Amino acid sequence: MIARTVRSEWVKLRSLRSTWYTLACLFGTGVGITSLATGQVAGQYGDLSEAERLAWDPTARGLIVYIVAQLVFGVLGTLVVTSEFATGLVQSSLAVTPHRTRLLAAKVVVAAVVAVVAGQVLMFVSFLVGQALIAGQGVPSARLGDPGVLSAVMGGGLYLAAIALLAIGLGTLMRATAGALTTLVGIVFLVPGMAGLFPAWFQGLLDFWPSQGGAAIFATVPDPAHPHPWLNLGGMCLGIAAVLVAAFVVFERRDV
Amino acid sequence: MTRIEVRGLTKRYGHDTAVDDLSFTVEAGQVTGFLGPNGAGKSTTMKMVLGLAAPTSGSVTIGGRRYRDLPVPLTEVGALLDAGAVHPGRRACDHLLALAAGAGLPRRRVGEVLARTGLEPVARRRAGEFSLGMRQRLGIAGALLGDPRVLMFDEPVNGLDPEGIRWIRGLMRSLAAEGRAVLVSSHLMNEMAQTADHLVVIGRGRLIADTSVTEFLNGRGEGAVLVRAEDPAAFALRLTAAGAVVREGTGSAVVVSGLTAEEIGRLAACHGAVLSELTPQRPSLEDAFMELTGDSVEFQGVSA
Repeated sequence: MIARTVRSEWVKLRSLRSTWYTLACLFGTGVGITSLATGQVAGQYGDLSEAERLAWDPTARGLIVYIVAQLVFGVLGTLVVTSEFATGLVQSSLAVTPHRTRLLAAKVVVAAVVAVVAGQVLMFVSFLVGQALIAGQGVPSARLGDPGVLSAVMGGGLYLAAIALLAIGLGTLMRATAGALTTLVGIVFLVPGMAGLFPAWFQGLLDFWPSQGGAAIFATVPDPAHPHPWLNLGGMCLGIAAVLVAAFVVFERRDV
Repeated sequence: MTRIEVRGLTKRYGHDTAVDDLSFTVEAGQVTGFLGPNGAGKSTTMKMVLGLAAPTSGSVTIGGRRYRDLPVPLTEVGALLDAGAVHPGRRACDHLLALAAGAGLPRRRVGEVLARTGLEPVARRRAGEFSLGMRQRLGIAGALLGDPRVLMFDEPVNGLDPEGIRWIRGLMRSLAAEGRAVLVSSHLMNEMAQTADHLVVIGRGRLIADTSVTEFLNGRGEGAVLVRAEDPAAFALRLTAAGAVVREGTGSAVVVSGLTAEEIGRLAACHGAVLSELTPQRPSLEDAFMELTGDSVEFQGVSA
């Protein structure tokens, strides 16, 4: 039964131009920002001291696009649910699939598959483009076989997919595109920006926060603050899972 | 025979009671008009039939089962609640294909309902380009996808042009003639007179009437009779003497109530009065409806 619902959600997602525009925009910004961030590193690298050169992380530099890309993944995830609330289409969807958990699960599955694939492709493309540009300037670059590189590239793709799922959760809870996206921007950009002002107990959470500890996965040079990046990413995913659980509970109970 | 059974249905939002202990049955093979002023609770009731809103108490079943428990709901109940409930960026055929896929229906059903609703030529256009009438048709196409035994339409003629209204009337009649149970809501009484066999009238969430259209009309007082006499003043006196109430009509005509057309004819013959017109006025459904729901209208304008 869930297979039908998943197929239905896939038809919905692929039949919207906005889906393809969003993905095109993702790869446009991906290649664009990666080129900007890696195209002129020779001068910067030349200015670095010997100690700083040890910390030079070409992989992280090549994947820096995640900062912008996470917002695009957020848009993708949000639209999967909020467009239905905005148009009232959710009533027709629930008339077809009255089991609400099944309907939302199908949306999460479809969005997750698309986001995981898009995340991996984006990270690999950005890595290859970035490293080619860095190497072209005679600056030390990374190869996929280097220690920690594959983990950063693939982990980075998963990080982005997780942000898409966070957006689905927020979209379901708020039922409005603007509210969900604003909250997402608050979580991924504003909270990290104001982190220094928050109390000590909150600092612990930041180890697992998007754009903070959660993003340690993009580094290949060991960071003493985050010795096990996968642990930080795992913690972030747990937090997102909690948001999704809340979304499922609310969606099950609320009138539409 | 599949039918909708509403039993003791109640929905409260905080202190507001939208639907109040409502019970009625929508039978197969006829069009049931679901009437009430705006805000009477019609849409809320229909949402509860589909499980979109949870009843505070009471139940709705379709063929004895809750909507949620139907194995493939689309093949048993088709509903059009809101014609605007389509994504404007999606092509009509993709919209229907998504619904069909969710119910496990074959792709050819999409073509079939597009044909039945006359949307074939615009199947590949995006719903955002559709007129209101085309969107209503798309919503109806969605309701017909699973070839269901029960159909439910919320204000389907709202905002349609005369041609569209006629098409919808014809469709309702033919769906009922195929043995399906059809529930159509409207706040326009005369619209229902043209389409419905049975009426369920509600006001402020409460049941006001549950009756056939014919009974509904017959039960609402005597009809008046329009009379045009050669000497209206003199004949009016005779009528009043016979116990009728006479009001002035347009021109030289008078509107008589309290006597049937036959009695008035006899009276005229008896007194040798010459009549040029004697027309029984059908009690208007609208009047009957207003009389019934008068005190249940939520917001009433003050008449000048």
